[in-house]
Amino acid sequence: MKRLFAWTALVSGCLFFLLPLIGMTEFSLKMRRGVYSFDAYVRVFEDPRFWETFSYSLTLAAATIIFGVLLVVPTAYWVRLKLPQARPIIEFITLLPLVIPAIVIVFGYIRLYNTSSILPLTGSALGTDILLTMGYATLALPYMYRAVDTGLRTIDVATLTEAAQSLGAGWFTILARIILPNVMTAVLSGAFLTLAIVIGEFTMAALLNRPAFGPFMQLLGANRAYEPPALAVIAFAITWGCMGLIQLVTRFSKHERAKA
Amino acid sequence: MPDAPPPVRIKRRLPLEWLGILPFVVFALMFLILPTMKIVIGAFQSPDGGFTFQNLIDLNTDSIRSAYIASIELSLITAILGCAVGFAMATAVVFGGLPKRVRGPLLTFSGVASNFAGVPLAFAFIATLGPAGLVTLWLKTEFGINLRAMGFNLLSFWGLVVTYLFFQIPLMILIIIPALDGLKREWREAAQVLGATGTQYWRMVALPILFPSLLGTFALLFANAFGAVATAFALTGPQLNIVPIKLFAQIRGDVLGNPNLGYALAFGMILITGLANVIYIVLRTRSERWLK
Repeated sequence: MKRLFAWTALVSGCLFFLLPLIGMTEFSLKMRRGVYSFDAYVRVFEDPRFWETFSYSLTLAAATIIFGVLLVVPTAYWVRLKLPQARPIIEFITLLPLVIPAIVIVFGYIRLYNTSSILPLTGSALGTDILLTMGYATLALPYMYRAVDTGLRTIDVATLTEAAQSLGAGWFTILARIILPNVMTAVLSGAFLTLAIVIGEFTMAALLNRPAFGPFMQLLGANRAYEPPALAVIAFAITWGCMGLIQLVTRFSKHERAKA
Repeated sequence: MPDAPPPVRIKRRLPLEWLGILPFVVFALMFLILPTMKIVIGAFQSPDGGFTFQNLIDLNTDSIRSAYIASIELSLITAILGCAVGFAMATAVVFGGLPKRVRGPLLTFSGVASNFAGVPLAFAFIATLGPAGLVTLWLKTEFGINLRAMGFNLLSFWGLVVTYLFFQIPLMILIIIPALDGLKREWREAAQVLGATGTQYWRMVALPILFPSLLGTFALLFANAFGAVATAFALTGPQLNIVPIKLFAQIRGDVLGNPNLGYALAFGMILITGLANVIYIVLRTRSERWLK
């Protein structure tokens, strides 16, 4: 009886999740009348805007990840080592992006950094790119901080620091050669999650008018029939890839630790 | 989780240690706090810069009021359904006697699906439940069921509900499985020894313990749906009257004809998601005490 209920709940749930995935895959293959074909994918890959917007978003994701790591790792390390009393405040700030909707944050950017302000970031393409990167770093902050902080919990930060200092290491060496390698798994998890968030992001990129992958998908969705589901399949594959990589690095590191 | 309490310092030193988090503080101020403050202050400013409540009062028009109501309804319904279905699936996996192999893939899939929101998700549902979608056509040809004639339209409120559930349910599963794992076997055994039935155990022991995390996750799902723009925009375009879509149109082209009204609209959003999350944070700290 209990097992019957359990199976029913699981199977009907899975059905709900599988149908849209099957639906988009099937639809994306139907471009040629009567037979299944990859025409929609060919069309997508032949579109130069696909590659332009995709590589733009990929570049921005890379910038976001680098910036995020440089910001979060030293901060989380420092808070653990020297400022445990600042911890609640910092944690509260890192959770704020889950509270304040992205559209509100970007609305604030547009009004705060417009061309007539002290810091007219939206005035130039580069400035807007920087602003968008900062926006993405903000969106990724809750996940990145949590991942790194959990990683730091598993190592003895104070002892490692003292050991490195007594061997004459400076702060940069400690962070880059002691702390970072020790929390690499956490950093990579955060990085792949950031990639999954940034690659198809729509709201911020659209409102800042940058040629990102998200707005491109939306534009194609408004004008075409068969390419959008093909894009959805591609986007799903990317998300799946990111999550798979997170699992892979986590498992790999556990393996390493078990051997050691 | 707090580490050992910081030792009481007798000698006050210059707080040089705080310099270490300066970059973070500057970043948070510039790209999170100040932009939000700008919106909040703007909501209370008249066009000439003076203090006013007029913008908030002006929100009380039919169109804006119905947008807020629709948004709150959408978020409530998807949060309730997301919690209920997610909870059912999570308990099925944790306590239902299903093979252990199911659990890992379900968690992985939930991680993927909860991040598969936005534009591509809308495409997936259009290809499935849209006018020419897989399920729509299948129901029509195989069973003669015409979804459209029955009043279901994907590009509407209920279509949005179904679509949002695709990321709401997995989020619930991801958060609630650890909480279910925290229910100790001893508690169930103790209840059984005292003669409790399965229902009594759930009603009087397990659910009260889980209640804060359930309600907390509910608040998180609520805020999650309330702030979502991309899925709704890609699904229905700029027509559907919900708050995030309205704000999107306002930022793009001042459709309300008053920039400060835009601030007020955004301030309302912060207020509602903020409230939902305050509930979440308070309840989560309460539930973590039990799950240690």
